Amino acid sequence: MKLKGKALKFEKQNDDINTDYIISGRYKFKIQDPYELAKHVMEDLELDFYKRVNKGDFIVAGENFGCGSSREQAPMSIKYAGISCVLAKSFARIFYRNCFNLGLPAIEVDTDQFEDGDEIEVDLDNGVIVRTGRDRSQQKIKIAPLPKTMQTLLSDGGLVEHFKKHGGFKL
Amino acid sequence: MGKTIAEKILSNHSGKDSKAGDIVIANLDYMMGQDGTSGVAIDSFNNMGATKVFDPSKISIVIDHSSPSPNIGVSTIHKKIRNFVNKTGINLYDIGCGVCHQLLPEQGHVVPGDLVIGADSHTCTYGAINVFSTGIGSTDLAAAWISGKLWFKVPETLKLVYKNKLQKGVLSKDLILYTIGQLGAGGATYLALEIEGKAIDEMSIDARMTISNMAIECGAKAGLMKADKKTLDWVKKHSKKKANPIEADKDAKYKEIKEFDLSQVEPQIAKPHTVDNVCPISEVLGTPIQMGFIGTCTNGRLEDLRIAAKILKGKKVNKNCRLIVAPASREIYLDAAREGIIEALVESHVAVVTPGCGPCVGTHNGVPADGENVISTANRNFKGRMGNPSAFIYLGSPATVAASVLEGKITDPRKYLT
Repeated sequence: MKLKGKALKFEKQNDDINTDYIISGRYKFKIQDPYELAKHVMEDLELDFYKRVNKGDFIVAGENFGCGSSREQAPMSIKYAGISCVLAKSFARIFYRNCFNLGLPAIEVDTDQFEDGDEIEVDLDNGVIVRTGRDRSQQKIKIAPLPKTMQTLLSDGGLVEHFKKHGGFKL
Repeated sequence: MGKTIAEKILSNHSGKDSKAGDIVIANLDYMMGQDGTSGVAIDSFNNMGATKVFDPSKISIVIDHSSPSPNIGVSTIHKKIRNFVNKTGINLYDIGCGVCHQLLPEQGHVVPGDLVIGADSHTCTYGAINVFSTGIGSTDLAAAWISGKLWFKVPETLKLVYKNKLQKGVLSKDLILYTIGQLGAGGATYLALEIEGKAIDEMSIDARMTISNMAIECGAKAGLMKADKKTLDWVKKHSKKKANPIEADKDAKYKEIKEFDLSQVEPQIAKPHTVDNVCPISEVLGTPIQMGFIGTCTNGRLEDLRIAAKILKGKKVNKNCRLIVAPASREIYLDAAREGIIEALVESHVAVVTPGCGPCVGTHNGVPADGENVISTANRNFKGRMGNPSAFIYLGSPATVAASVLEGKITDPRKYLT
């Protein structure tokens, strides 16, 4: 799997970005259309964030991304906003599972190396990220292979597709 | 080699002798969804092509987060849930029944040794009665509805040992806030907690649930306690299911063991906007408060309402302040009414609302205004949590909230509890 887009970082906060920031409870309880929800993604951290997302872009954050509630609407809003992948130093457990269940890759990497606006190419099969800075300097970053369970979920296109294909868990 | 509680429960349910780091597919004893997560789970269930659940007697959906519905969007989701339970035969706790994490243990669905999932992050609450219970997302829940199973990575365990007793007026909420302040919001990510010590032994089940409830606030997957006589008596009173208490082996391998001395711990406050932004109450005394809230899966139990009533009885909530109370379940509401707690609260000018999550998640029942300070017994104070990103949420014990709304400022409850 190859992904390409720009790095999007948040000016106000890097670590412990919680699921209430990703999608506020005041929206997730009443909006069912994921494209409508996506218009409010990250709203309490950066108003109108969704407007600066181009299809394929990456959210780049620090430690413990996605902490807090179990709401699947969090990775769903990210995905439907057009984000192809989340890069963070670490993830909260439930959020991490939810991402792969929706077929959205979440990758642990030292994100201090990235700046907002960097061009990013991720080659998941070979475990390499190529970062191109605004000054066009390039850097190759090795990433640890994804856990096998997550690779399977991702290659099947998420847990719904996995269940349809196998009729149950085949991990 | 010896095993932790988590390793034992996951081994028992997967039929595989497993240790930390293993991936297992395990049979579930119970599964729960709430109104904020079940709508998506129903979509996933339908998208998976399923028409029936594996065993309706092991499933509940609880309408608690936005209940009764405040708007058409929520009503549409509630209707979708009601249609789904009618079609599949699973159990529904509709508006007014209470918060999911009170109902599952109280109504006897979960007992020691069980493996339980819930599409709500505070599902870790039942660790207090020796249940390995953990929060998952909606699609995981749908997969579990269909198959009765879920995959787990067996977690390593961090053991927390509490030395000495809590001072009078310092409650289990203060203990867990103190712990989260020490560990940090990501301090136990991917780990199970085992929680023990003299202070825990002496606590009621209500008080223990407050602690396990907040295990997720330091990233933990479960907040497990052993089942002692108190637990087993409590469970027997609430459930017909057979308990299978699980203790860790003496030579179990822990990621780390941390000890905390409680003798000097004063009431604790989590300041805006993160749960690990914790300080002793003495650092924030006098901070003006416009709204208080007592309730939630953390602190809406009988013991919590009782201590609030004890402080408020015969007095009035400060005129610059308001207090909302949401009992965690219908049973608690009734017990509190029979004990005169509800009368005392209402006479103190408290607004008592429907059993459920109350204003905790910001969908209804009291949204603060811009710039207002709220003191709450909930488990989260994230920016925007209560529906307004321009409000400020402080977390404390029910005693601290009651004392603070009397004075209209953050107040040490110990002066009211002599």
